Amino acid sequence: MTLLEIRNLSKHFASGGRNVAALTDIFLTLEPGETLGLAGASGSGKSTLARILMRLLPADRGSIRFRGEDWLALSGAGLRRRRAGMQMVFQDVLGAFNPRATVASVLDDPLRIHGVVPKAERRGEVAALLDRVGLPTSYADRSIREISGGQRQRIAIARAIATRPSLIVLDEAVSALDVSIRGKILELLVELQRERGIAYLFVSHDLAVLRAVSHRIAVMDAGQLVEAGTARQMIENPQSPTARALIAAVPRLMTGPPQGHKHEF
Amino acid sequence: MSELCDIRGVSVLYRGQPIPALKEIEFSIAAGERLAIIGESGSGKSTLARVLAGLLPPGTKVSGEICWPGGRPLPGRDLGFVFQDPSSSLNPVLTVGEQVAEGARRHLGLSWKQAEARAREMLEKVRMPQPEKTLKAFPHQLSGGQRQRVAIAAALAAKPGILIADEATSALDMVVQADIVSLLDDLVRDARMTLIFVTHDIALASGFADRVAIFRDGRLVETGSTTAVLASPGETYTKTLLASHRDLTTRPLIEDAVG
Ligand SMILES: Nc1ncnc2c1ncn2[C@@H]1O[C@H](COP(=O)(O)OP(=O)(O)OP(=O)(O)O)[C@@H](O)[C@H]1O
Ligand SMILES: Nc1ncnc2c1ncn2[C@@H]1O[C@H](COP(=O)(O)OP(=O)(O)O)[C@@H](O)[C@H]1O
Ligand SMILES: [Mg+2]
Ligand SMILES: [Mg+2]
Repeated sequence: MTLLEIRNLSKHFASGGRNVAALTDIFLTLEPGETLGLAGASGSGKSTLARILMRLLPADRGSIRFRGEDWLALSGAGLRRRRAGMQMVFQDVLGAFNPRATVASVLDDPLRIHGVVPKAERRGEVAALLDRVGLPTSYADRSIREISGGQRQRIAIARAIATRPSLIVLDEAVSALDVSIRGKILELLVELQRERGIAYLFVSHDLAVLRAVSHRIAVMDAGQLVEAGTARQMIENPQSPTARALIAAVPRLMTGPPQGHKHEF
Repeated sequence: MSELCDIRGVSVLYRGQPIPALKEIEFSIAAGERLAIIGESGSGKSTLARVLAGLLPPGTKVSGEICWPGGRPLPGRDLGFVFQDPSSSLNPVLTVGEQVAEGARRHLGLSWKQAEARAREMLEKVRMPQPEKTLKAFPHQLSGGQRQRVAIAAALAAKPGILIADEATSALDMVVQADIVSLLDDLVRDARMTLIFVTHDIALASGFADRVAIFRDGRLVETGSTTAVLASPGETYTKTLLASHRDLTTRPLIEDAVG
């Protein structure tokens, strides 16, 4: 069964006399265990889509089916219960946590709220989650501010997998990280997917990142879906000017002598 | 090329920190070169940029010396600075025109009218769409990429000989990043300026820098022409950095099979 089905999704913002069509008639599907990369320039509507999916923002129009249910019709306790199935990891790792929280409390919260494991097993589960994302279990007592950006992103991933979701929405989850740490986080995400069959909606403006992890890639421009296909097809044979610009923008290691105007459009 | 500055055994210790952010840095910068300062987060790149610009916070201990054969550059007049977050260098209550004109007025001794004309010229130079309209806009009315263009225009308005760009494109999307990098490259080339480009992305730097200086944990790991360092890195750390680069030709982490 298709895991996620987005149909006709539209959203506009009216602010300060301006009317922005942030999303116009978006259609997307996601299969279990699959990664869909969502690419596009800044302001193209990627985060708006992610926030509507997470039910942080209402849509104007359209429907979303998640695990066979009408996701936008859910509310109250029913929504709360099913949120365990869809988790999110943001770019701004520090902003995504209560700054006074400890690592243990960040991971314990979802376990408690969603009753993932019996109370007596929660401590052990926190340790298992830390271990799974490659952090020493002794980190449990640290403050979330006392760890590096890359480590915080591991905690954000541990929190997301704590509720055993079938889908994780990642919005620029590795964009703020150094190149080398970024690679390790991508490897971790791919391992978790293989192990647990989690599907990812992976939002990024960096096609090199999306190429590494995505089975399919969809490209957005000014709120519209301009292109979608397998990752390989899209990169080898882009159809839209937006996709071509995104491809041209990926820095390559230049081993020849430097010369100006390397960035063709 | 003549020498712009010679950095001799410079160490920097921020107030209240147990260990120095820079440790005995030793190298020189040539006038007119495009130098990329490369390293991971916390390696000391911004500290180097700040010590060169004389922008370290009060209470910071600096040892060693930096010699400027042509005289110490005055920030704003001889040296422009562009930061990662353009909001931090732009004043939210001044129009774009006012802030770009300000440096030109103060350092080139222009009248307000002449400075305004200079601001318009700068906005065209940084390829700002609708430069005339943008002069009257406030920073919050612009996109991140447009704000960064304004910050570059403001930094260059007084015709400084040196531009330091500290992660100036890291917060931008990739298409805008590529555009700003090629813009910086053109501007610096035309004006024969010295560019000090700080980044954690060695591939980004490899596209236009003459020379790279690799930093790790406050130390200079190696420096050399971009071509030489990329073709045959002398240090294991540089090799690791190069190996962690990913682009569209890198083998994906997943199987391509369609689900
Ligand atoms: N709360 C809001 N109020 C008004 N306009 C908004 C709001 N949120 C987003 N927008 C507008 O909707 C459009 C899409 O924004 P969105 O944040 O989804 O883009 P994005 O693709 O995630 O960009 P980025 O790559 O910069 O994160 C933009 O024009 C944006 O200015
Ligand atoms: N204003 C400051 N006060 C105290 N410590 C600082 C300050 N700025 C930077 N540091 C510390 O100095 C080291 C180098 O930082 P920085 O030069 O900003 O590195 P980079 O720009 O390469 O990320 C880090 O350990 C950082 O935490
Ligand atoms: Mg976004
Ligand atoms: Mg820095």
